[in-house]
Amino acid sequence: MYRILSGLLTGLIFGLGIAISGMANPAKVLNFFDVFGTWDPSLAFVMGGALITTAIGYRIVFGRAKAPLFDTTFHLPTAKTIDAKLVGGSALFGVGWGIAGFCPGGAIPALGFAPWPTALFLLSMGAGMLLARWLQSLPQRQTA
Amino acid sequence: MTTAFTPYASLFGGFLIGLSAVMLMALNGRIAGMTAMLGGVLEPTNRAGRWRLAFLAGAIAAPLVATLAGAEFGFTSPTTGPLLALGGVIVGVGVTYGSGCTSGHGVCGIARLSPRSIVATLTFMATTFATVTLIRHGFGG
Repeated sequence: MYRILSGLLTGLIFGLGIAISGMANPAKVLNFFDVFGTWDPSLAFVMGGALITTAIGYRIVFGRAKAPLFDTTFHLPTAKTIDAKLVGGSALFGVGWGIAGFCPGGAIPALGFAPWPTALFLLSMGAGMLLARWLQSLPQRQTA
Repeated sequence: MTTAFTPYASLFGGFLIGLSAVMLMALNGRIAGMTAMLGGVLEPTNRAGRWRLAFLAGAIAAPLVATLAGAEFGFTSPTTGPLLALGGVIVGVGVTYGSGCTSGHGVCGIARLSPRSIVATLTFMATTFATVTLIRHGFGG
């Protein structure tokens, strides 16, 4: 129950932060990457502010607590290898982000104040996630 | 179209995103990655993942309530229709294979100095830049 309430609270803060920052506005996001056109460097301030806050905050949390308040352990990613799956997937994500102007974290809060065409993006993204999960579940075939 | 440069609002918004990530780690011991968060919707019967649905509900509700209270957030989607759907499918496939996106790799992962997240973030920032540049300037634009 506490975990659900803290999920809701952190979600509210996240959604407000995304909306205030401009990350939920595809035009603004795309302009960050359009250095040779209508460049808007705002996204660097979003990433910078989020990164500095998280880096300092994580240090304090990991330095002071052996476990989170509502769980027995910190759930940190264990994967260490940099492989083609990581690089290829990330490269593909960038192509999609560049076409759509939405990333997952930007689109979720956008649904709250600009339902269309955000819903179209999120449904398509859900279809892509299911497609990738299905492809990953297929048995690996040996290529002759 | 041009958008206004908003350093203060963007920095403050970024601070809130970071605050949310730090609180989620301190309270639930979890990474605030939206790819994994949305995975919670794809597995609705998983009871242990219910906090993820609560996070998503909060993330949608906050700007909705703020808008009802009179706040205005800029929004324009230059990409629409089939092209937006195509971009969505590509994002969905990419973040699943890449195990994360801007929030999980770009914020939480880099904050932990994870080599995987640093490589992932540099990769998707580069291909996003290349894609936008190609679409806006590459075809005789």
